[in-house]
Amino acid sequence: MGSSAPSDGSAYSPYMTGQSDSSIQPVIVLQNLVKFFGRFAALRGITESFAPGRLYVVVGDNGAGKSTLLRVVAGLMQPSQGSVTLLGAGTAREVAHRIGYMGHAPLLYDELDGMENLRYFAGLYGLQDDGIGRDAMRTVGLDPDLERRVGQYSQGMRQRLSLARAVLHNPELMLLDEPFSNVDVHSARDMAAVLGRVRDRGKTIFVVTHQSALMEQVADEFVHMAEGKIVSRERVRQVQMSAGSGAGGER
Amino acid sequence: MSAVGVTKSTLLKDLRMEWRSKDAINSMLFFSLLVVVIFSFAFNPTAEQSRLIAGGLIWVAFLFAAVVALNQTWARELRNQVLDAYRVSPAPPNALFLAKVLGNFLFVVVLEALMAPLFVVFYQLRSVGPVWQLVVIALLGTWALVVNGTFFAALSIRTRSREIMLPLILFPISIPALLAMVDATTSILTGESSPDFWIKLLLVYDVIFTAVCLLLFESVLNAE
Repeated sequence: MGSSAPSDGSAYSPYMTGQSDSSIQPVIVLQNLVKFFGRFAALRGITESFAPGRLYVVVGDNGAGKSTLLRVVAGLMQPSQGSVTLLGAGTAREVAHRIGYMGHAPLLYDELDGMENLRYFAGLYGLQDDGIGRDAMRTVGLDPDLERRVGQYSQGMRQRLSLARAVLHNPELMLLDEPFSNVDVHSARDMAAVLGRVRDRGKTIFVVTHQSALMEQVADEFVHMAEGKIVSRERVRQVQMSAGSGAGGER
Repeated sequence: MSAVGVTKSTLLKDLRMEWRSKDAINSMLFFSLLVVVIFSFAFNPTAEQSRLIAGGLIWVAFLFAAVVALNQTWARELRNQVLDAYRVSPAPPNALFLAKVLGNFLFVVVLEALMAPLFVVFYQLRSVGPVWQLVVIALLGTWALVVNGTFFAALSIRTRSREIMLPLILFPISIPALLAMVDATTSILTGESSPDFWIKLLLVYDVIFTAVCLLLFESVLNAE
């Protein structure tokens, strides 16, 4: 892990996931990932792999490189050096329909209402059925019949709708950057529970957050970043699963 | 969804947002109206003088007004970083570009349709040549402005002073099209020469720049 030792001190192989079946293909493989902004190195040679069907919580101080890592993995930034293999593909574009991304900003149109937003974004993934958008809104605790424009939503409602947008097309891999920012504790707990249920359906989820306590009940692994590196990975749940089933064990 | 489907849904989404906010169309109308009225009062041209200068005046007014709409186009996509949602989706980048071009084309054509009667009244214009050719010039010329304008607006969205950057890049590259539009329009209004050459030039300009913009747009969209 960047410095790849697990926090429990056990031996670590790049494909170690806490699973009994080592033949499971990793969902993300990072090879010597480096990202420069000018002369500043935001990511400093990260070599890691992540197994499917797990919920990873990426934590670290401001400037540790968490959001940059997520943006590089999502294909929104090109790495300066190194490579990212996502779901077996060399570029995020090739597997874009299998990835869900939730950014720091809501990634929603203020001038449209919730369903209009979801209808448009569903269309980008080739989904025409209104029922998908309505289900996504209900999943995150929003009323699909609410005709209020997103510009008039509260911050918490925006974040929920943003999460609905990210999970709309039922992606295998979700990359969520600060999904709980500006969200009240109650709503954030609800969202964390939603993420846990999504993971239980076999999805792989990466959550970058400063509110790691919210994720303690549902996280499989905490990924600690500092100064552009992954400094440790801490497994908090032993998962016994086959790829795609995702049934979690005890903490 | 196919590229055509994404283009259509993006266009409809943009039209709905413009219908609700009316940001672009109001700004363009107000700007064009100012040009028509102020130039008319400032120079008080005779009908003969008007025929000679109207071609230039009309197109410069529309070019400046179009820049307002072009800046709005991408500003909407930057708010809340919505563009990132498009970039991570499997939707083809060119579908977004075409939708934006078509949207801007509609806005500017509507502006031209609304402003044309005012130009006729304030500058006492009457066409000596065939009027249908004016329509052809308007459509080809508007496409030339918006296809380049949409592309360069996308190019400048991440710059700090994008409102200044867009005209700085767009106007020089639009000079051949602007020249063709002005000369063709003047030819028809005065009847002194045939606009055919200028119409063909506009057509070639449109084809070349549309192709180049489509080829390069993906790089612009994903530029950091």
